[in-house]
Amino acid sequence: MTIMTDPQQESFRPSMLLNDTRYRSYTFQFIALMVLIGIIAYLGYNLVLNLRAAGLNISYEFLGEPAGYDINQTLVEYTSRSSHLTAAIVGILNTLLVAFLACATATIFGVIAGVLRLSNNWLIRKLMSGYVEAFRNVPVLIWIIIIFTIMTAVLPAPSAFRGDDPDASMILGSVAFTNRGVYVPMPIWGEGSMVVVVTFILSVIGVFAYRRYAKKLLYATGRLLPTGWPSLAILFVPSILMFFVMGQPISLDFPELGGFNFRGGLQIGAPLIALWFALSIYTGAFIAENVRAGILAVSKGQTEAAASLGLRPRRIMNLVILPQALRVIIPPLISQYLNITKNSSLAIAVGYADITATLGGITLNQTGRAIECVLLLMLFYLLISLGISAVMNVYNNAVRLKER
Amino acid sequence: MKKSVFLGALTVAGLTAGAAAAATLDDVKARGTLNCGVTTGLVGFAAPDNNGNWDGFDVGVCRAVAAAVLGDPQAVEFVPTTGKTRFTALASGEIDMLARNTTWTFSRDVDLKFEFVGVNYYDGQGFMVPKELGVSSAKDLDGATVCIQTGTTTELNLADYFRKNSMNYEPVPIETNAEAQQQYLAGACDVYTTDASGLAATRAAFENPSEHVLLPEIVSKEPLGPLVRHGDNEWGDVVRWTLNALIAAEELGVTSANIADMASAAGDSPEINRLLGTEGNLGEMLGLEADWAVKAISAGGNYGELFEKNIGETTPIGLARGLNAQWTDGGLLYSPPFR
Repeated sequence: MTIMTDPQQESFRPSMLLNDTRYRSYTFQFIALMVLIGIIAYLGYNLVLNLRAAGLNISYEFLGEPAGYDINQTLVEYTSRSSHLTAAIVGILNTLLVAFLACATATIFGVIAGVLRLSNNWLIRKLMSGYVEAFRNVPVLIWIIIIFTIMTAVLPAPSAFRGDDPDASMILGSVAFTNRGVYVPMPIWGEGSMVVVVTFILSVIGVFAYRRYAKKLLYATGRLLPTGWPSLAILFVPSILMFFVMGQPISLDFPELGGFNFRGGLQIGAPLIALWFALSIYTGAFIAENVRAGILAVSKGQTEAAASLGLRPRRIMNLVILPQALRVIIPPLISQYLNITKNSSLAIAVGYADITATLGGITLNQTGRAIECVLLLMLFYLLISLGISAVMNVYNNAVRLKER
Repeated sequence: MKKSVFLGALTVAGLTAGAAAAATLDDVKARGTLNCGVTTGLVGFAAPDNNGNWDGFDVGVCRAVAAAVLGDPQAVEFVPTTGKTRFTALASGEIDMLARNTTWTFSRDVDLKFEFVGVNYYDGQGFMVPKELGVSSAKDLDGATVCIQTGTTTELNLADYFRKNSMNYEPVPIETNAEAQQQYLAGACDVYTTDASGLAATRAAFENPSEHVLLPEIVSKEPLGPLVRHGDNEWGDVVRWTLNALIAAEELGVTSANIADMASAAGDSPEINRLLGTEGNLGEMLGLEADWAVKAISAGGNYGELFEKNIGETTPIGLARGLNAQWTDGGLLYSPPFR
């Protein structure tokens, strides 16, 4: 007589940790974790021991002391008497500024180059692959230095604008390209200027509202409203009217040659331009490849189906292909944005005062607090990178394929 | 084994490096070479010549120490450092001593835990401008764009000077002297500021040195000297007294030409005898051979000879002795007695 019984529930034996596939992976993960903790503990202990041996301690008191050095581009109030903390904040803002600018332009470069790489025109296609290969395969530091060197060597020095018969002159009398940067007129916000600004913001909202209405009308009744010139009109006419109604509160401060440099106006420093341009053109090449991959990932049938419905190629790209391609493009785009932010730490090569140059450079050097400064730097880059990832993930969730 | 602080940081970064033990003198002897930190290239002070041999005033100090300790002035491994990397290199034990026109300041000595063993050049911060700017005084520099080497006392002095005189400027921080030179010549900055000696050396390397002028203002005290890590007094003594030996040798009239003669037998002057080891046991006290100073001075000559050969008035750099003359000639050089 055979009796079917469940196999007896085995009691746990230590050897199962290695022999049983149910536990084996946990065993190894546990060992790896312990080794990792051990290594970190050893390094940390070593650090504490060595610090004590050298009579040093970890202290962040230096952040409150006067920095003592000047910075060439400050977005907030800063003098050499400000604290090291303020210097670090100036650096953080400079990092964020160049990262934001470079992310925006890199995306534009990348999308244009990526789409054009799939162009039917042989010349455009080859030109774009030339751009991608040239910029992707040379280190970004080299590009930063090349662009900066070209700027300083090719553009005229401010002194070339001087004299009765100067070697260089300002474009339209208001914009000066020099090897120290570009000087442009700066708007002066007079009394009542806020009204104009608010009007402009409302106009922007109005444009979106109008386009939404036009779309709704199109879907509901099939009537196609023009969107081009009405949008432009909504955008500018109220603001311009308000500008004159308020008595022209916004004026321009033009740069003028005075002393050694141009004075007045807004200076966009050569280091910022070099860093911004190099980062965006370099990362743009990577983004172009992401865009191309995303477009190629959309089945050809979609294009053909759209074409058979009578859509023109441009509309096929904008309405059918790109929205679907975005799902493939966004995740690698996040890592490109992170790359831009981290690569901006190469700023010191051209003397741009980012966080690595202020906190991780001059402050570190003048105070000798290397470990403290580097820990702060790591924390900053970690936070900013996680922040970018979080924002982009929200966007990614918004555009991803919704399965119902 | 005691490892230094920065090594801890480096290990955290996943690097492994030799430990910087306290007994640097033993390490140097065991290794057979001296690791000496110098600039990345400043003609006259430390720069590789056409054959790749390092040469210059600071290099001379390194060679003298190597000669005193190892008996061979060529047994030096030169480690080029920038203004930013120099202190980390010294603290981590990558180099045994730093001879890189480094200003002796309170915080570097006390807070950064280094030991300045003396002063080999009394300097001050100056300004260089192109002649065509027509500037004759640093007080006229309001609004100028100024190139500075980052990580130096220079950028602090500069900020202080301009603030004190209520002037504005735009700083352009540069990592090395070579880059600064390039920026300055391209006109990306109006003024280049660093130690006056450094300016003279930089100008000497220009295609047309006469088109640039050094402004008369010297805005700071910059006593430049070699330094070692804090806490290794034996090694500190070796470097300190090697430097003093070079200075004392000039004062006592001992030169590389007559030193072989003078060291062969005890002479009339007891101090020269003690210095050259023909009398007393000063070398033994330092843990070196009796003729340590003879070797150090023979390496490149005494202080005056090193000065004249590398940065003196007969060289393109053309620096006058000025403050760097012996105290007997109205300068500040004053070696404690060898006794």
